[in-house]
Amino acid sequence: MPKWFSQAAIVCALMFAASPFLIATSPDERDLGMVFKIFYYHMPSAWMFLLSAIVCGIASLRFLFQGDPRHDRLAVAAAELTVLFGVITLVTGPLWARRSWGTWWIWDARITASLVGWMIAWSYLIVRKYGGPGSDKLASGLAIFGMANVPFIYISVNFWRTIHPATTVVPKLPVDMSWRLWFCVTMFTLLYVLLLRLRVHLEQQRARVDALYLALES
Amino acid sequence: MLIVTLAFTSPVVPALVSAQQPAEQQGEFLPAESLPQRERMPAAPLLISAYAFVMLVLFAYVFSLSRRIGAVKSDIGRLESEIKRGTRA
Repeated sequence: MPKWFSQAAIVCALMFAASPFLIATSPDERDLGMVFKIFYYHMPSAWMFLLSAIVCGIASLRFLFQGDPRHDRLAVAAAELTVLFGVITLVTGPLWARRSWGTWWIWDARITASLVGWMIAWSYLIVRKYGGPGSDKLASGLAIFGMANVPFIYISVNFWRTIHPATTVVPKLPVDMSWRLWFCVTMFTLLYVLLLRLRVHLEQQRARVDALYLALES
Repeated sequence: MLIVTLAFTSPVVPALVSAQQPAEQQGEFLPAESLPQRERMPAAPLLISAYAFVMLVLFAYVFSLSRRIGAVKSDIGRLESEIKRGTRA
């Protein structure tokens, strides 16, 4: 692993340790009250979920057109992180919704599209695990479809009738809330980079095992 | 009969319609100056559950990843030693 990895991991761990204190001292929201504070983890997780879907899609495109196995390894790693951050987003969201909307779930555009995106990422992993020969290219097609879903998830709140808060809430945040949010976004972005690097390393090691098996047989 | 039915149902229908209409979409978040204690309590279990879930999932994933990397590393060590034994023989 590169030199910067352990230093970045320590910084990330310290940020995660500090974040509960920062969030606990943040102001409550006027209409939502204390449950608003779920936002500080929910929103960065959602951004990492969408970012990971894009990374997976781009890596899959490059793998399909260039055939370089390094892109495939990146795509597999990104798909797994899409599932991880997707599950965080899809669980913290209903916990917010229960208090603010009075219901655990609602089939509005953004939430439904997010669920579909998460299921696509799951499908990618299932195809890779059980698809047999050629599953890498098949799964790449799925990943491209998942990436195409991302703009719908993001703009849905601005163009369709939906109960989910609009994208305008972030630039309009007061300073007291805004700096805490960007702290959490930085923290989650650093976490994503670290986990992606680690997961790609696992794929690289697995490729090495395959090469060693071939060398042993020959 | 029809007039009586309408008279009884007319206040009910708007109430039903407004109950089914979803809440307004929020365009911005504003800080509260202070909240009564009663307002704070119901949100606490949801808030704690959300943060506990996030930490649990992240720890579980990092643990799973480290186990998988460890397993692959031991496979690499075993295969490399087998190859070395094979080349010596």
